[in-house]
Amino acid sequence: MAQIRKANGIVDWLDQRLAVHKLLDVLMNKYWIPKQINFLWAMGVILTTLFTILFVTGLLLVMYYKPDVALAFDSVNKTIMQEVEYGWLWRHMHGVAASVVFLVIYIHMLTGIYYGSYKKGREMIWISGMLLFVVFSAEAFSGYMLPWGQMSYWAAQVITNLFGGIPFIGDALVVWIRGDYAVSDPTLTRFFMLHVCLLPIVIIMIIVFHFYSLRIPHVNNEIAEELDFDLEAEKYMAGDTKGSKVIPFWPGFLSKDFVYISLFMIFFFYLVSFKFGFAMDPINFDPADALKTPAHIYPEWYFLWSYEVLRGFFFDVGGVKAFDIGLAAFGIAQVIFFLLPWLDRSDVVKPAHERPLFFIWFWVLLIDLIVLTVYGKLPPTGINAWVGFYASIVFLLLLIVVLPVITIMEKKGAKK
Amino acid sequence: MAISESRRSFMGFAFGAVAAVGGAFSLVAMKKTWDPLPSVKAAGFTTVDLSSMQDGELRTIEWRKKPIFILKKAADMTKDSKRDVVIDNASYTVVIGLCTHLGCIPAYAPSEQLFKCACHGGEFDISGVNVFGPPPRPLDIPPFKIEGTKLVLGEEGPEYQKMVAEA
Repeated sequence: MAQIRKANGIVDWLDQRLAVHKLLDVLMNKYWIPKQINFLWAMGVILTTLFTILFVTGLLLVMYYKPDVALAFDSVNKTIMQEVEYGWLWRHMHGVAASVVFLVIYIHMLTGIYYGSYKKGREMIWISGMLLFVVFSAEAFSGYMLPWGQMSYWAAQVITNLFGGIPFIGDALVVWIRGDYAVSDPTLTRFFMLHVCLLPIVIIMIIVFHFYSLRIPHVNNEIAEELDFDLEAEKYMAGDTKGSKVIPFWPGFLSKDFVYISLFMIFFFYLVSFKFGFAMDPINFDPADALKTPAHIYPEWYFLWSYEVLRGFFFDVGGVKAFDIGLAAFGIAQVIFFLLPWLDRSDVVKPAHERPLFFIWFWVLLIDLIVLTVYGKLPPTGINAWVGFYASIVFLLLLIVVLPVITIMEKKGAKK
Repeated sequence: MAISESRRSFMGFAFGAVAAVGGAFSLVAMKKTWDPLPSVKAAGFTTVDLSSMQDGELRTIEWRKKPIFILKKAADMTKDSKRDVVIDNASYTVVIGLCTHLGCIPAYAPSEQLFKCACHGGEFDISGVNVFGPPPRPLDIPPFKIEGTKLVLGEEGPEYQKMVAEA
């Protein structure tokens, strides 16, 4: 045991037992962040804030929510919305945050892609981030089910049905996941467990891992300059705060982040107060009906791009069913971003505007994702089906073919 | 030293074996916890009396929480010897009313004699065979048994087994 002496205050008392000074150094005061970064690097802290909001509002909602097919709809739309004081606020904050968190995740991801922050040395940051994205998707989907409205029910029906496309075990797997022959009470209760217990624990663990994975390769910067963090930190600590290219996480970086969080919160509460409807599908205010399908089923906006890839292939090719092609393409779309560090094999870590071909690739990808998102919402008939088809093809080609080719060309160019 | 090291690796091996067996049993137990409950499985049988049905009438009933379309074919409707359920000399189309694409419920359009799924535009003919759009196969036929004029859904009767064997 360490030498415990009479403490001269509460902090000292804690320091002797928990080494709080050392802990704060590691987490805050001596965690070095490059100076040359812009507002896009604040997205991580905004996501942390949003996750905290989701967690706290979720706790308040779960006190009144009832995971039972007979009670769920009213517990949300009557009890929480009308009876619980400020229940409407928690619900709208939870709903809006669940939607906006994906907007910020996408900005965060695209920032990483633009500045090459997934590259050599930073692969684990990228992979843990993508894992977070996938688990967040599962969390969003399981939460979307809980109010047990029409769209909740049919989204569950369609998504669980997708597992039926897995060869041999598909049909049995669907029944196993649902716990019944159709989406019903056992399905709701197990998704409730996933949404409020298992998945949040998994998310928190991956968030911790995601933060930890930043420590050794450190955060990238706007010009992708390779910094000697030890050297720059020494400079800073020796008093040359101007000459050093890094600042401590606290107070330097976080104080700047607080500005962005404040601005973001203004936007967030504007949405919560005046535009909450965008996160609430009107069809979901009809109670679930297993015997009547809504005319048009679509997911929330943040899943539209991959939904469009799923249904983009609408005709059979050489004996392979359109459904299976779509399912395979959908499967690829879910995992392809994980492989980004290996699809882009160029060692050069540079922002996109200093890599001409990659720059074009980046913007084509972004436009294609927007096209997929827009057409994912439209009914898949006539010309819409063809736009969806070509956009899906472009998406797959961009990642599987074009990106590796670009990096090979870049490598050759560098040798000359 | 050599002896104690082999003892140590034996301990490690023994612990690993015990943990693996325990882990495997736990996984089986966890898998079974997610399986449908006995009460859910028991509710999987539904009996329908078809004697009151009119020619050309479509009836939707619920079986295992899925919609089942039962259509008594009128004289002018094409018969399908492979898929029709024949009871009392009348042909019936008996199918699970879920589009084989993504599981939505197609609507019956009597004038066109088609089942149309609004979600992704799939169409099925009067016998439940997919004729247009993304559905990969005809509407599924639920396991059934014929008892006089009654149809028992959930049990595999000889007529169902024959139908499956021919398909």
